[in-house]
Formats: sequence, C-alpha cells, structure tokens
Amino acid sequence: MLALLGPNGAGKTTTVEICEGFLDADAGEIRVLGTDPAGAPEALRARIGVMPQGGGAYPGVHAGEMLRLVAACAAHPLDPAWLLTVLGLDSAARTPYKRLSGGQQQRLALACAVVGRPELVFLDEPTAGMDPQGRRLVWELIEALRRDGVAVLLTTHLMEEAEALADDVVIVDHGKVVAHGSPMALTSGGQQRELRFRAKPGMDLDGLAASLPADYRAAETKSGRYLVQGRIDPSVLSTITAWCAQQGALADDVQVARRSLEDVFLELTGKELRQ
Amino acid sequence: MTSDHGTRFDPGTFTPDAGAGRPLRMLAAQSGVEMRLALRNGEQVLLTLLIPVVLLVGLTLLGIVPLPEPRVATVAPGVLALAVMSTAFTGQAIALGFDRRYGVIRRLAATALPRWLLVAGRLVAMLGVVVVQMVILVAIAVALGWRPAAAGIGWAVLLVLLGVAAFGSLGILVGGTLRADVTLAVANLVWFVLLLAGGIVIPVGQLPGAIGAVAQYLPSGALAEGLRTALATGTGPGLTPVLVLVGWTVVAGGIAVRAVRLR
Repeated sequence: MLALLGPNGAGKTTTVEICEGFLDADAGEIRVLGTDPAGAPEALRARIGVMPQGGGAYPGVHAGEMLRLVAACAAHPLDPAWLLTVLGLDSAARTPYKRLSGGQQQRLALACAVVGRPELVFLDEPTAGMDPQGRRLVWELIEALRRDGVAVLLTTHLMEEAEALADDVVIVDHGKVVAHGSPMALTSGGQQRELRFRAKPGMDLDGLAASLPADYRAAETKSGRYLVQGRIDPSVLSTITAWCAQQGALADDVQVARRSLEDVFLELTGKELRQ
Repeated sequence: MTSDHGTRFDPGTFTPDAGAGRPLRMLAAQSGVEMRLALRNGEQVLLTLLIPVVLLVGLTLLGIVPLPEPRVATVAPGVLALAVMSTAFTGQAIALGFDRRYGVIRRLAATALPRWLLVAGRLVAMLGVVVVQMVILVAIAVALGWRPAAAGIGWAVLLVLLGVAAFGSLGILVGGTLRADVTLAVANLVWFVLLLAGGIVIPVGQLPGAIGAVAQYLPSGALAEGLRTALATGTGPGLTPVLVLVGWTVVAGGIAVRAVRLR
C-alpha cells in the first residue's frame, strides 16, 4: 500500500497514467508487475484495476449496468450486485450516471476498479468529493484490499488518508520524488514540535517570548488560540502555564502535536498555492 | 482500522484472482449496454426512429415534394438510408463525443477489453439499433403500400451494411476527435444538410445540377440511390454506390485509426 502525495500539478496523475500505460514516459524505466506498461498490453490490464480521476461511465448508464459491464471484462469477477450494496449504491442503481452525486460516481468508479479481483489497484484520489461516511467506507475497503494481499497505489491530497492507510509514502513535486518512507519515519524526522492551547484573546506575547529560549516562536493564530513552536518539554510547558496564570488566564485544550505528515509535506513542497 | 462494520468485507473477499473475460462475453456486454443506451435516450430515439417515421408517413401521404407514383417506392429507400445515417453517423458521433467527455472510453480501455473490441462493441451496437429501425420502418412502409422487389433485398442488406460502415467510420471520426459540444453541432448540421441536399428526401436525379452531381458521391446519396435501384428493380445497384460507400469507409476509417483520442 503506497500513497503518492503531492500538490496539484506535481505529477501524481501523470505517474499513475504512465504506470497504467496511458502515457509514455519521457525517460526512465517503468515496471508494473514486472512488465513494461507502455501501450497498456492486455495481459497487464487484465491484472490491474484502475480508478481514474473523475470516474468514467456512459452519461446515461445505470450504476449496475456499468459495473456488470466492467465485471464482464474479467475472468473471475466479484458479484456486482453485492458490491453495489456494500458501497451503498443500491438506491442509485436505476439513476443515470450523470445524475449521480460526486460521491456516488466515485464509489462506482472504485467498484469498477476492484470488481475484477486485480492484483494491483491504482486509485487516483479515491475520496475526492466524498462525505465523511463515504470516506470511511472507502478507507475500510482499501484496508480490506491490503489485508487480502492486493497491492494498492493511492494518490491523495489528504495527509490523514495517507497516514491512516499507507505502508509507504512517496512525496512528489515538479515531477520528482522529494521524500520516500513510511509515515512514521517521515514524521519522526526533524526536531520541530509544537504546542497549541486556548485562552482569553489578546494576551501579551512579548512577555512569553522573553521567558522562552530564543529560537522559540509564539503566536496568536486566531482570536484566543495560541501556538508555540519549538521543542516542547516539561519546563517549557510550565513556563507557558505560569505566563497564562500571570495574565489571569487558564490555558485550556492544551495539545502537544507531533509533527504531522502535513507538516512534512508543506516543508518539502512549500506553502504557496498551486494552480 | 476500527469500524462498526467489521464484517462488511470478509477476509479473502478481494484475494486476487485476475484474468481477462471471454471476448464474446465482453462484446455482448459492451454492445448490449450501448444498444440499450441508444434506445432509451430520448434525443437519440427522436433522431433514429421518430423523425424517419414522420418523414416516411408524411412524404408518402403529402405531396410536398414532387415524386413519381407510387410515392412510397421513392420515399422508403431514402428513409432507410436516413435511418442508417442517423444511427451510424449523427447518433454515434454524439454518443462517442459525450462518452469521451464522461471518461467511459478511458474506463473501458483500462479493463482487459482488447482495443479491437472497443470498436467492435460500438459497431455491433450500431447494427443492433439499425436492425430495430429497419424492422419498424419496413413494416410501416409495407403498410403504406410499399412492395419492394424481392430480388433486391440481398443487395439492400449489403448496402445497409456498407452504409453503416461508411457513416459509422465518419461518426467515430467526428465524435472521436472533436469536443463533445462541437460534435453535437457538427453532427446535427451535417445530418440536416445531407437530409435535404444529400439525396435522401429528394432523389439525386431531382436535385439541382451541381448539387445532384456532388450528392451521388456522398454516402447519403450513394446509399439512398443504391437502395432505390435495388428495391425498385431487384437488380444490383451498379458499381458506383458500392465504391462510394467503400471509399468513404476506407478514408474516414483510416484517418480515425490515427486521430481518434480516448478522451
């Protein structure tokens, strides 16, 4: 289970499409299940499942018809009716594809990707546009795929998704790999720690900065919400609470955050908005 | 992952057991879906059945266009040609244009479906719709008094098949290369022009000189005139219509093979 992370335009979809054989690589050597995917040979396509970004179905087709069609292309498919039911698409079974909600279209696309019992599944942003329930369901399915020995390549913007599901994470930007490792390894590197808490708004931060070591930073991120960046140890924590007490405030909802995958991601790919 | 639905996916559910389906089953599944879609899409049915039926009945019963008696003998072959053009060209181009926009061609190209089946499935679906059209239109024409020459029916079937090939290649070329909304406009415009000036409603011989000369080399004129000759006289339509239809198929198909994009 590998997650490919990267900002918009980083080359995630391009990478996946090269692996699926829809695009030819400009350089380098690609092997998918030991085969060169260029030109998408049938023998390879029979072994992989693909969930393209934005789904893919006839505009007027019913969900059940589409899934049965994709199932017919495989030798030993899962039961399409069962798959529709577990993915919550029964109520949409007679609705034309173009009238399905974004989440329903995504779930149908996911069903099409797994119905043929593939060895390897490419999921390009599988939870984009899904509500939290839909996302849970998809995560559960991906977890089941992994359990049953299906290799999964997932692209996502959601750090939470990559952290929860992936054995390995590859962060790409401008078409290059900028980091590679397990979520644990990627997030445990680096010294940065942070502490967040709530208190009354508008407290004097200069006093706090003066009582903390020089490389620490303190800020009020929103009214009444504070962020201290630096190595958080017991003495720093007591300095902060003492400062709050001086101001007659109680530090509430105190959270010491481990560096998240999102922090790693933003550090590596920058914070400016991508097109 | 913890979940309230721990039993939703039993262990082993997704254990890989990959492989390609049987080609005939894939063909049947794809063409079955596409044929059903064509027959339940209101705009497609308007184009492929309602308009041909209205023209068949209207042109036979009303003397808007001067035609030799019995009028139905001239009208019916033209309407059969129109039905082929509507399904294989306009209907196919529009369907393919929107199928590409909705990513279905990509979706199918990512399954084990061989590339030749991707095209064959569409052709079989087209032929299926054309069979439905022919049955309905011929039944109505016969009810209106049409008595086609039995000896020409074999030729007519051949011409219809060649017509599906020629119009189908053109439809796939247009729908497979242009944007969906451009395809919609082009396919409908061409349909309308060929209907009036392409030898379908008005026989090639009755069109004004230059237009008539061009029309016999258009797939619409070749198919309609070929059908008129075969079904009126029971003899072969001559070489010209056959060569015209084959020529359009080869040219459009040849370009389509290179130019058609999956999305």
